[in-house]
Amino acid sequence: MARTLVNVPKAAKQGEVVEIKAMIAHPMETGYRIGPNGSNIPRDIIRRFACTYNGEEVFSADLFPAVSANPFIAFTLVATTSGTIDFTWTDDAGKSQTASATITVS
Amino acid sequence: MRALWGLVGMIAAAVCSIAIAAGIEDGEKRSGFDFMTPQTQALQADDMSNPGMLWVLQGEQLWQQAQGRADVACSGCHDDARQTMRGVAARYPAFDAATGRPIDLAGRINSCRAERQQAERLAPESDALLALTAYVTHQSRGMPITPATDARLTPFRDNGRRLFQSRIGQLELSCASCHDDNWGKRLGGSVIPQAHPTGYPLYRLEWQTVGSLQRRLRNCMIGVRAEPFVFGAPELVDLELHLTERARGLLVETPAVRP
Repeated sequence: MARTLVNVPKAAKQGEVVEIKAMIAHPMETGYRIGPNGSNIPRDIIRRFACTYNGEEVFSADLFPAVSANPFIAFTLVATTSGTIDFTWTDDAGKSQTASATITVS
Repeated sequence: MRALWGLVGMIAAAVCSIAIAAGIEDGEKRSGFDFMTPQTQALQADDMSNPGMLWVLQGEQLWQQAQGRADVACSGCHDDARQTMRGVAARYPAFDAATGRPIDLAGRINSCRAERQQAERLAPESDALLALTAYVTHQSRGMPITPATDARLTPFRDNGRRLFQSRIGQLELSCASCHDDNWGKRLGGSVIPQAHPTGYPLYRLEWQTVGSLQRRLRNCMIGVRAEPFVFGAPELVDLELHLTERARGLLVETPAVRP
């Protein structure tokens, strides 16, 4: 079940700097912890987060085991044209979760 | 004149002792929110940065999903939670006539699952149970906690108060030792809050996940080196009953964020 929370302003003026917030529910298990039965809890983290604006990548981040569970990433973009902003989170297994939002630029 | 001052002193002492016996006075009640740093308060205040909202969103999806052999969703009977569940969590735990005992919201959701949906009970602290509880409680956000006044709850509530005031564990502390007598002071680096259950299920930064009030109660019991009650134990529900009565009038904050 996709559990993501993204916040993109619905409308913005041409050239305006807008703040984008993105959060995903993920355990970000480091791989260094030991479970109740004494065996290692396998590593399970999100490795890469990317944001595309009308298909063009405008922001990305590499994530490491020190990042907390449910990572929350906020950044800014310059609103140029109306369109969709897509978000992709890719985990250790190569599986990705996506979310998208639209922005209207006037 | 001296006798008069003595009398005033005695009256003042008597008033103080009454105040201590009754716990926290109404005007002094403060949510744990007030004891947090501005940064953590900001995290809770903005729904877009509050990680607890991830569970609320999941709960919203689960609410619409048909479950069990009855193949019916929560919304199949209860319709739109935004209307039907508004204010419900503010008066829980309630009396459950079937078992003759009080039942908390998570317990009610599970009994509804078992009896109406004929589905497997959800495990305590499972994401699905926390999500549904958070979603239902979220509908009461901003409403004052108004515990049920059902007379059948009284003996259980009294037992909850007794447990709250009983010293337990190797450290021989009761809940009241910290949260009634010493709130506002520090225990190590953190401020001791008044322990009002205003925001459960809540996101604790320490847990890095959402947890229930029972998980928090068990944490405290382990903290004083006592044997904690198991999840769903009647004693924990009695404690919840006492805590909601103690927090009467404070606003529901679910999903809250705590350090």
